[in-house]
Amino acid sequence: MEIFDILLSASFWAAVIRIASPLIFATLGELICERAGVLNLGIEGIMVIGAFAGWMAVYLGAGLWAGVLVAMLAGMLFGLLHATLTVPFGLSQHVVGLGVTLLATATASFAYRLSLPEVTSPPKIEPFQPWEIPIVSDIPLLGPALFSQTALTYLAFALVVAVSLVLYRTPLGLALRAAGENPASVEAQGLSVTAIRMGAVVVGSGLMAIGGAFLTMSAFSSFFFEMVNGRGWICIALVVFGAWKPGKALLGALLFAAFDALQVRLQQTPMGAVVPYQVFLMVPYVLSILALILMSRRAEVPAALMIPFNKGER
Amino acid sequence: MRLEPIPNPTALRRVGLPAGALALTVLIASLLALLAGANPFATLGLILKGAAGSKFALLETLNRATPLIFTGLAVAVAFRARLWNIGAEAQLYGGAVVTVLLGTGALPLPSLLLIPVIALAAMAAGALILLAPVLLKTRLGVDEVVTTLLFNFIMLLFVSLLLEGPMKDPMGMGWPKSTALEKAARLPRIVDGLRLHWGFGLAFVSAMVVWVIQTRTTLGYEIRAVGQNAEAARFAGIPVGRVLVKTALLSGGLAALAGYSEVAGLKGNLTLDLSPGFGYTGIIVAMLALLNPLGVVVSAIFVAGIFVGADSMSRAAGVPTYIADILLATALLTMVLALRLTNTRIRWR
Amino acid sequence: MEQAEEAEVVLRLDGITKRFGALVANDGISFDLTKGEVIALLGENGAGKTTLMNILFGHYTADAGSVEVFGHPLPPGHPRAALAAGVGMVHQHFTLADNMTVLENILLGTGSLWTPRLGAQAARARVAKLSADFGLSVHPDAKVGTLTVGERQRVEILKALYRDARILILDEPTAVLTPQETTALFETLRKAVALGLSVIFISHKLGEVMAISSRVLVLRHGRLVGEVSTSDTDRHKLAEMMVGTEITAPKLSERTPGPALLTLSNVDTSRRGNAPGLAGVNLTLRAGQITGLAGVSGNGQAALAALIGGLETPVHGGMDLHGDVPADWSPRAALAAGIARIPEDRHRTGTVADFTLTENAVLECYADAPYSRKGWMDWSAAEGFAKKIIETYDVRCPGPSARIRLLSGGNMQKLILGRVLEAGPKIILANQPVRGLDIGAVTFVQNRLIKARDAGAAVLLISEDLDEVTALSDVIHVIYEGRLSPAFPRGTMTPAQLGTWMAGHGFEGGADAA
Repeated sequence: MEIFDILLSASFWAAVIRIASPLIFATLGELICERAGVLNLGIEGIMVIGAFAGWMAVYLGAGLWAGVLVAMLAGMLFGLLHATLTVPFGLSQHVVGLGVTLLATATASFAYRLSLPEVTSPPKIEPFQPWEIPIVSDIPLLGPALFSQTALTYLAFALVVAVSLVLYRTPLGLALRAAGENPASVEAQGLSVTAIRMGAVVVGSGLMAIGGAFLTMSAFSSFFFEMVNGRGWICIALVVFGAWKPGKALLGALLFAAFDALQVRLQQTPMGAVVPYQVFLMVPYVLSILALILMSRRAEVPAALMIPFNKGER
Repeated sequence: MRLEPIPNPTALRRVGLPAGALALTVLIASLLALLAGANPFATLGLILKGAAGSKFALLETLNRATPLIFTGLAVAVAFRARLWNIGAEAQLYGGAVVTVLLGTGALPLPSLLLIPVIALAAMAAGALILLAPVLLKTRLGVDEVVTTLLFNFIMLLFVSLLLEGPMKDPMGMGWPKSTALEKAARLPRIVDGLRLHWGFGLAFVSAMVVWVIQTRTTLGYEIRAVGQNAEAARFAGIPVGRVLVKTALLSGGLAALAGYSEVAGLKGNLTLDLSPGFGYTGIIVAMLALLNPLGVVVSAIFVAGIFVGADSMSRAAGVPTYIADILLATALLTMVLALRLTNTRIRWR
Repeated sequence: MEQAEEAEVVLRLDGITKRFGALVANDGISFDLTKGEVIALLGENGAGKTTLMNILFGHYTADAGSVEVFGHPLPPGHPRAALAAGVGMVHQHFTLADNMTVLENILLGTGSLWTPRLGAQAARARVAKLSADFGLSVHPDAKVGTLTVGERQRVEILKALYRDARILILDEPTAVLTPQETTALFETLRKAVALGLSVIFISHKLGEVMAISSRVLVLRHGRLVGEVSTSDTDRHKLAEMMVGTEITAPKLSERTPGPALLTLSNVDTSRRGNAPGLAGVNLTLRAGQITGLAGVSGNGQAALAALIGGLETPVHGGMDLHGDVPADWSPRAALAAGIARIPEDRHRTGTVADFTLTENAVLECYADAPYSRKGWMDWSAAEGFAKKIIETYDVRCPGPSARIRLLSGGNMQKLILGRVLEAGPKIILANQPVRGLDIGAVTFVQNRLIKARDAGAAVLLISEDLDEVTALSDVIHVIYEGRLSPAFPRGTMTPAQLGTWMAGHGFEGGADAA
């Protein structure tokens, strides 16, 4: 059976981790926004702008980490726009989110065409290289999968732990969770709901943009218009699947990536000759919908998600 | 800061703020033109000229507006019931697929019968595509924003599968495109010799019909009640789930007509690039029209004009055509903000 | 309570004025609060009590006037400043995050947001000590979502005490408590005062004001209309000051009840979120009789209202509507069965805010002739209906095409009342029908209910205000954790006796052990 061969190959598991990495960044970003009570549908566009900005910065001569920083700042800028419109002004998070996605995507396309008017295929950059961690990377199967990834992947996993700690173990996390559950509790304890929610959206958007940058700076080394290809929407499904908890969301991202990696490999098998490749490509989207259905009965959604808070209104 | 409602906004607020939003949009467009090394005034002039500067340009704009009226109506109808249909793109392709299926010789009917039959079948396809996410919403509480979005990707892959498989044109020299529609299935032009097809007429009539439904019928009342306050509607005995399903059928059907009219009226066959995001742009169209069906016609023509104008400007002035998308996204965001500020005022303390 | 020799002023309000558009919510209000006293802020709904306290706590900013705490001016508009100055507020609608523990709710915002640690251990010890000192027992690690209303209030008070509040503001704290819980709360407040705290007690309940306060300030239409020492006044004088005229309690004439119009036998329903469902409920609503339902909020009132209103079906047991056993139970079926429903929350469930009065008037009958024929709306017929309600029920409004969001709560309630009573219902489900209304509207609504009862309707009155239930009901049931007490005829139970039932005593397996 090919499936077993695939599941037992180190390259498969390495691919799972690689595919999961951008999703982890963006899912964490969305999770932070939603935990504070703001749905960020700008995620898809923010990933695009992150992918573009990081890549462009490196192409123009910046270092890789400087590129990541640029991507993050670009994402935060669009996050700030989303936050300003949805938090103090309380505008529809759906409409603004879609608007931000459109604006960010268009801005990336416009800037791309402006800076590279003549090229037919986008130039490549020198991306992040795998960073083999001594000793542990020699473990069979696990070693190459887990411990010879790029620095950004390690960062993604570290962030899961960091976000969990902040959410559940610090005063900041307490305030963030309270803002998404009952903003009046935050207000009554002398904190600013507006500041907390805006901060969460801006920081979350920064993470989403790094997720996008992973695509150009670690996975593909070039920028294409359609490269994010619905990954942002998938991350929103992953947040639901993960019941708004970082650990479970990580699990979801890995599971999802495993299926994605599997479908790519199954295309190469005799099965791929019979079943059209589009069916394999549908797998991630179908899975996301299934995940949403599966989790639909669990009511763990932050109580104040998508409900704007207007100070002094009751 | 805090927002305080204004019960009766002044006329100045109601006109001035949206005008301000428009001005801000134009300002940003000018800055982008400057950034691209072009004269902002010339750029804007070229967009205007490209959109409405000649009979040809104007007809092109109206042609482009046609699918946008349909998707704009689809979104307006759905959003009115607070049903977040972001999947007009998928429904559009559903309509297009059915059009090709039935319009390439499968039905031996005279043109006068064939055209409405295909249009209705296309609507049914679009309605069915939206039905799935809506049932998931009403039965299981699955958020329809994400499901309808994801359906767009699935549908596009499905169309690709069809175009490379069963629906592939054998004469297409390897290109993934469908067989062409038979003559009897094509929508004729409104005036002979002018490149404007009856799809536009259908779109206009659809807008009127939707307007009548919303303001005059019991269903329209139910849709508005569900959208404004679903809890009160349920309490009062309005069958919320059933109303949402009806809304979805209407919305999906309208979006499918966009695909239908593009294939039957304009292109004559189905390709993967049939829609450059008409489904998504429909959201902008609907929001700029404040979800008013008659307003959708106007805003669709405006949005189409920007796209058509930006295309021709881009060729002449060298400013990337994506300026149109930035312009529209900005218009959307500034307009919703302007509307909020029309009936609320900011108190800083 | 005794006045200290030299009363130290801890709080001074001077000329506080606040307008909302044309409405003057507070009009030049000034008073002092001294150390170790409880003052009551008395006034009916809409008199401006909550607005005043929200200004003091920094939720709102006054248009004019100033606040001084312990001799220092309080910067306006910042709850943080009020908290730092030693002002603690127990809000009427609890400000707690349900998904977090008691301790987490108390800790929220107490230290810098940027420290890496919560400091939960030290906090736990302090909370334990405060709990003991003030008699506020609650488990620090319990999720707030699982607590009873009384426990939540204790958490709110602990939140304030944890921040070293010296001035405690309680906004309608007893509205959600049983008489026994109220007694316990007063005990806590006395302990607080003995420890040198000062308390502002906001209420519209005269008995409680008399029981706990040393001084009473009366607000009416945003003005401070009276200030008296509690020992120099009585309930009648306070009532007159509060509403300007003497309150006349609604009068029920003797009436022999008619046949049973609705009977529930042994009904169970499923849980509703955090609130219990019904468990083995037997209830008979008779023609010409008002049945009152007393109970602490969250004990199954919502479940009973949902059941009778058609939003919920029994999982077990039967419902009998004057001989008819409904098969498909829904809001429409309830309406068809002649049940008029006055919902608990007129903003969220009773009306559609952006609809006109006309559109709201036909919300329940829009699908019937003459308002709808073959799927088409007849808007002129609908407007005629709205006009009729506006006239008959004295709804003050710009006209039938005005949006209902512009109306006051009382006028909104009158429209709802008209909407449901115009159909000549056999059964009336009145869920908190006068909550939040001013005295004029309260009297209007109550008289209409009595009139309907006299005309032969069966009325179920659900209220958390025990006084209202005892004044208006022919028979009273107490609801506790989804179970109903036996029917107590009018005048057979004292409020204290009802209170013990409200706390669960008397129910099988109830709170007797506690």
